[in-house]
Amino acid sequence: MARTTITVNVDKVAYTDDVEPRMLLVQYLRERLGKTGTLIGCDTSNCGACTVHLDGTSVKSCTMLAVQADGHEVTTIEGLAQDGELHPMQAAFHECHALQCGFCTPGMIMQSIDLLGEHPDPDEQTVREGLEGNLCRCTGYQNIVKAVQTAAKANAGAGAQAGGAA
Amino acid sequence: MTITEIGTSRRRKEDQRLITGRTRYTDNMVLPGMLHLAVVRSPFAHATITSINVDEAKSAPGVIAILTGTDVAEEQGSLPCAWPITEDQKAPPHPAIAVDHVAFAGEIVACVIARSAAEARDAIELIDVDYDELPVILDLEEALTDSTLAHTDLGTNLSATWVFDSAEAGTGGDVKQALADGEVVIERTYYQQRVIPAFMEPRSTVVDPTGEQITMWSATQVPHILRLMLALTLGIPESKVRVIAPDVGGGFGGKLQVTPEEVITMLAARHTGKPCKYTETRSESLMAAHHGRAQVQRLALSATRDGTVTGLSVRLLADMGAYLGLVTPGIPILGAFMYNSIYKFPAYRFECKNLFTNKAWTDAYRGAGRPEATFAIERLMDDLAAELDMDPIELRRKNWIKHEEFPFTTVCGLEYDSGNYEAATDKAMELFGYDELRAEQQQRRESGDRVQLGLGVSTFTEMCGLAPSRVLGSLAYGAGGWEYAQVRVLPTGAVEVVTGVSAHGQGHETAWSQIVADRLGVPFDSVEVLHGDTQVSQKGMDTYGSRSLAVGGMAVVAAADKVIEKAKTVAAHLLEANRDDIEFTAGKFGVKGTDQGMTLGEISLATFAAHNLPDGFEPSLDSDATFDPENFSFPHGTHLAAMEIDTETGEAKLRKYVCVDDVGNVINPMIVEGQVHGGLVQGIAQALFEEAVYDEAGTLVTGSFVDYLVPSAPDVPSFITDRTVTPATSNVLGVKGVGEAGTIASTPAIVNGVIDALRHLGVKDIRMPCSPHRVWKTIQDAASKGMGAEAAVPKDTSPEQVADGFNSSGSIPTGDVQ
Repeated sequence: MARTTITVNVDKVAYTDDVEPRMLLVQYLRERLGKTGTLIGCDTSNCGACTVHLDGTSVKSCTMLAVQADGHEVTTIEGLAQDGELHPMQAAFHECHALQCGFCTPGMIMQSIDLLGEHPDPDEQTVREGLEGNLCRCTGYQNIVKAVQTAAKANAGAGAQAGGAA
Repeated sequence: MTITEIGTSRRRKEDQRLITGRTRYTDNMVLPGMLHLAVVRSPFAHATITSINVDEAKSAPGVIAILTGTDVAEEQGSLPCAWPITEDQKAPPHPAIAVDHVAFAGEIVACVIARSAAEARDAIELIDVDYDELPVILDLEEALTDSTLAHTDLGTNLSATWVFDSAEAGTGGDVKQALADGEVVIERTYYQQRVIPAFMEPRSTVVDPTGEQITMWSATQVPHILRLMLALTLGIPESKVRVIAPDVGGGFGGKLQVTPEEVITMLAARHTGKPCKYTETRSESLMAAHHGRAQVQRLALSATRDGTVTGLSVRLLADMGAYLGLVTPGIPILGAFMYNSIYKFPAYRFECKNLFTNKAWTDAYRGAGRPEATFAIERLMDDLAAELDMDPIELRRKNWIKHEEFPFTTVCGLEYDSGNYEAATDKAMELFGYDELRAEQQQRRESGDRVQLGLGVSTFTEMCGLAPSRVLGSLAYGAGGWEYAQVRVLPTGAVEVVTGVSAHGQGHETAWSQIVADRLGVPFDSVEVLHGDTQVSQKGMDTYGSRSLAVGGMAVVAAADKVIEKAKTVAAHLLEANRDDIEFTAGKFGVKGTDQGMTLGEISLATFAAHNLPDGFEPSLDSDATFDPENFSFPHGTHLAAMEIDTETGEAKLRKYVCVDDVGNVINPMIVEGQVHGGLVQGIAQALFEEAVYDEAGTLVTGSFVDYLVPSAPDVPSFITDRTVTPATSNVLGVKGVGEAGTIASTPAIVNGVIDALRHLGVKDIRMPCSPHRVWKTIQDAASKGMGAEAAVPKDTSPEQVADGFNSSGSIPTGDVQ
């Protein structure tokens, strides 16, 4: 099958690869780059386990082709922690016991970060609706909601601190 | 022992890798030269395979080999069923790759092994299979008549009939008599629709045939059982097989299985001599991984007019699907002892007919038999309360075992060791605002509000902590119910705990660390928990049936206690004291009446050096233990649901949910609460959303997450969860188990709430899932029939005859599922 050359920046590293045009972004991440932190839970874009950020916005990486990511910046769960410091959303998931088996977790965290980008201080219903495209079978969602709201508070606290310092 | 860890909400050790993407799910595995499998599945529910042409596929790019049932007929054996419930149980052979016929849509008929997953998938499209279609049997009641056979060679659809009768067993009275004498008799038929475990991680298997042991990584709950069964099925020495369950993305019973896909991946690796991987798609998972529930429950309950239940008869039709899986026939039996639930019924009879149909086979799903039983009795108790015009909680109070009556031997002969149903119920009612909600319900009824309020009550207990080996033996299960653990003290004083249970989300690494930290007086972070690899954890019975803590945790305690005994001997020797004078407190082995003492780490280092040990003392503190429980454990709880039903749209909304569970002592309250949350949503999902729907040809209509409605976050509210603590007396930890509680209790709470909201409109039952259309239709039917005695009473007929166009077992118009 004919191949196309793409250059994608994934978790702050630029990769150039020849890919089959039919290759999904999630397959590229997992199979070519070894970014197995991003997972596949379904084949109909319902479960959201494969959620990553494309240029800072969440996208289900099974709904787009690798070639469509050419020239774009992708962030996966593996690129969130900086210098050994967990992202506030990762820390909140840990603190609030928002995961059990952990399979939905990478996608859930990526979607939750996106949600707070849009709604910095969401109420419970807003969180629940914002996560509608991500399925979890273990937690019953209650602690995930709590984690997202906890991260929101942490963000607000950090923002206030930064504001105060300025 | 100084308790500093047990009872605290330690954040989980497991989380770090899971929240950063450093995970080891099976599908993440890549090995040198690894080949990939894709399988051809039958599109027909029942057919003879007349020919398979693989020529074109063989020469497709990247294809290394193709396996058909004929190719492996000699070596593939028959997939195991470990629970023959009767001596004359009938079962068809169960090949991993079908040889000459298929019995459900989704059964594997060929396998392609290729260099890449994409090439394997491309090539299966080129395999040409000819089938001769056979008539399908999908409905349980029809299956009972044998008018159409799921397996023509078997001659019948009836696999087994299993009966428990309290009069015959000498544990209670005669049900026939009780029903004949009953002042009130309630007869009902309830339908447990077929549901799908739908763990988030699709099943995946990697087999590496290089080296002396064949190594299998698999997304399984049961690495130890799998190893044994692979050896038996394929005729390989058990010592030549190693099974690893790495990170596993949920199971819920759905990964308590020895699957065709695991056997096929093993065969492919042996044929090619190369590592092979198979990962299913979600559609394959929904279609071919085992399903759960799927029963017709015919019930008769007798009572006096004052509400004292005098007898219960249960006649069950249980859908095995096309084959018997690992414990398929035993699932209804796990429910058989639970229909009497928390009540003092004097007479009980249970009869179950296990029947084959041309659908995916059923097996364990969270609760396994006990949710079905609990649903039936809790629905019946509500119906009886309505019949007697009693409050449903008062009726339960009248019949349940009082806290001062424990231990209590039930009509099934089980001894419930402890419980306090009064305390849990009182607490739940208070948190719920029961009386206020009843007042609001009355007010809404009187004002004819479009949105009616219903209060759903569900009290439950379950037998878990599976299981005393002798009891399993008496039920003809193929193995015991013990659990194994090893505690190793390293020279530095760090502790390794090996456990025979196999976590897939439960948090064993954290909870076991808490137990051992307290037991040995070592820091939480010094404990490492190892599991899920038969080479590391050499023995075990794995994780299911809420057994991990009550059985596996107890094995850990027993092993740790042996370490303490050995350490005392070394300490006495080194401190030149009498062994009887050594006291172990707060992590220190001290000499009574002195300030002399040593830590476990110091003793461990001295034992490692072995320069100065007592004569004949083996230089090791390491100990192992196998714990076999004396009894089951019996968690219980009271769950209350406030349901708002829009009578014009049929939408059923869960407004408030309160549960008070008593799971005995708790190691980690945070983990326990998380288990309850998740369990609740799975039970609520059965009540309101989920159903595996087949069309009249036996094709699964709900074959993707587009159609199979696993609830998402906006579908459920936050829950109010609380606990009472009545420690189990059957184990020193006083623990009972929590994995299945939420799922068992919540389904009847929800449906009772729906019915309670609509009973005054003439509605007496709605089949699950209570989708808006079903609820609306039932309200309409009740209205059109008026308020007569027959209004909307569920008829004692098979699902096909329910006139709303929906059913769980047969002809369903596609595209109009929910």
